[in-house]
Amino acid sequence: MDAIRVENITRAFGKGQAPAVDGVSFTVGEGELFGLIGPDGAGKTTLFRILITLLLPDAGHASVGGHDVVRDYQKIRSTVGYMPGKFSLYTDLTVEENLHFFASVFNTKVSDHYALIRDLYEQIKPFKDRRAGKLSGGMKQKLALCCALIHRPTALFLDEPTTGVDPVSRKEFWDMLGRLRAEGITILVSTPYMDEAARCDRIALIQQGRILSVDTPAGLRAGYPHPLYAVGGAPMPALLQQLAHHPQAVSSYAFGEWAHAAFTADPGAAALQGYLRDAGLAAASVQPTDATIEDCFMDLMKRN
Amino acid sequence: MLYFLLQKEFRQIFRNRTILAVVLVMPLIQLIVLPLAADYEVKNINLCIVDNDRSPEAQRLTQQLTASGYFRLTGYTASYPEALALLEADRADVVLTLPQDFERGLMRDGGQTLSLAVNAINGVKAGLGAAYITTILQTYNNAVRVQWVQPDRFPATPVLKVAPVYWYNPFLNYRVFMVPGVLAVLVTMIGGFLSALNIVQEKEVGTIEQINVSPVRKHYFILGKLLPFWVLGNVVFTLGLLVARVVYGIVPMGSMPLLYGFVTLYLLAILGLGLLISTYCETQQQAMLITFFFMMVFILLGGLFTPLDSMPAWARAVAYCSPVTHLIAVMRMIILKGSTLHDVLPAAGIVAAMALVLNTWAIVHYRKTS
Repeated sequence: MDAIRVENITRAFGKGQAPAVDGVSFTVGEGELFGLIGPDGAGKTTLFRILITLLLPDAGHASVGGHDVVRDYQKIRSTVGYMPGKFSLYTDLTVEENLHFFASVFNTKVSDHYALIRDLYEQIKPFKDRRAGKLSGGMKQKLALCCALIHRPTALFLDEPTTGVDPVSRKEFWDMLGRLRAEGITILVSTPYMDEAARCDRIALIQQGRILSVDTPAGLRAGYPHPLYAVGGAPMPALLQQLAHHPQAVSSYAFGEWAHAAFTADPGAAALQGYLRDAGLAAASVQPTDATIEDCFMDLMKRN
Repeated sequence: MLYFLLQKEFRQIFRNRTILAVVLVMPLIQLIVLPLAADYEVKNINLCIVDNDRSPEAQRLTQQLTASGYFRLTGYTASYPEALALLEADRADVVLTLPQDFERGLMRDGGQTLSLAVNAINGVKAGLGAAYITTILQTYNNAVRVQWVQPDRFPATPVLKVAPVYWYNPFLNYRVFMVPGVLAVLVTMIGGFLSALNIVQEKEVGTIEQINVSPVRKHYFILGKLLPFWVLGNVVFTLGLLVARVVYGIVPMGSMPLLYGFVTLYLLAILGLGLLISTYCETQQQAMLITFFFMMVFILLGGLFTPLDSMPAWARAVAYCSPVTHLIAVMRMIILKGSTLHDVLPAAGIVAAMALVLNTWAIVHYRKTS
């Protein structure tokens, strides 16, 4: 049985507006770590709110753990954990009080499922008497995850959990998700960061309310249709300009120090180097490269 | 479940210094300061006398006016334009003009005409000032008659003497009248403001969604919100009663259970209003402004400062739709007059109906939006 099943879900805000989520379908298997990747405003949060029964869809069906999000919303509410993108715990209660409160709200006790959150909670335990509002960003994130896990949900919904979190905390956070997945908890996570997508079992790329592709990260990268070269060693603006003027150019984007250039047919590394040298960029170095998820996303976005 | 919600709510309330201050200090300050300041008896009316006569009789009248304690002689001139200038400069509220042959006319012709000019920018001050002067002039007039008219001649006009007795407030002490009213307003503010703001705060922070995705039932959540403020309302009311007793010596004449019973019923209505406002607002600022609007109307039309009977019919109709009006009336009835259940039953019925309508509306609308 699929842990999460989404079929043709559509939701618009206000008449005449383009739908925020437009005919989205995908399934998430039990115990899967599923990533919803897309830029801000792609409809990720709307989709989350429909799945955790805070919002009704205009059309389509969705179920979580076999329960329909409209009909059986009460059953879903006691079995899922939700962590919104914005910190939403009681800032005037202490760390410990928040945890106990959310445990009691779900008719359970902190001690019942403590094993699940031990690793995470041990890190914030020294601050258990501090008010939640006075915690640092990373600490808040950990506390929020603890509160979302305290009733041992079968499915966990994390809406942009790492936005605004430092790289070290982000890595720790994803390590933690890996451990939760090993515990058999289904996780649906959204993020605007492409580098995090590689850590998911499968990812769905979403743009303007539509799903562009659902695949494993490796499958997605393998499916990249164009020959791709990483070009560096020359000033980026000039490099991008010259690459865009190449007769077989599909696209060229800057990735840090390197420009990724895609072509309709393989021009060959030496020929490309020659093309750039003729254009006055003799220092440029060219090497073939594998597509990253970001390349795939850019490509899919362009085609749709 | 409800226990945990209440525990959380009270924890938050006791951590919030502002709320504590509002609940504990506001009733004390307002009850001690407001009734003392809100006095209907106008004193310190600035009086200017234009004395064109400069006779002993004119002196005697001036003395009698200033000795009354209501007037402050801010001008004593010989020309009317000069007095008008004072009036314009707002240094005189009332200008009394004594004609040139004031004493002579009084003695010889047995009558005299005085002119009185009143600055009516402050209507209450003007009306009362003129009334005070008229009364003092009448007393003076009687004294003059006794002095100048021969004793064997009886007054030509029959004098009707009225001796008023003020029931329930024998000395016509305004504080006795104001304190129950101010107390009613206090209970309203605590119940209405705090409950509306509290729920909207959860919306603003996003915690309400965390509760919404949990198995907590809506009615538990609402009860968890209403009960603490219902308790707070009663605490404020009790504090207020204590202040009234200690500071003003006002001891409720009627039964305490009846008083608390009515306040409980009333709090249900006003908490319902707060809840209703919170379901329509997304931010605390919106809730604050809307609550403030209602409070202004309620307080100004509630019969606290102006009697309901002096309002036009439409205003009275609006006033009857406000729960505050009924609370103020019932508080005065029970505290000052010792009214019984039978007397307050109509008001209780209206407030109960309001509580039912407001709460039902709020719950229906709350369900619909989520």
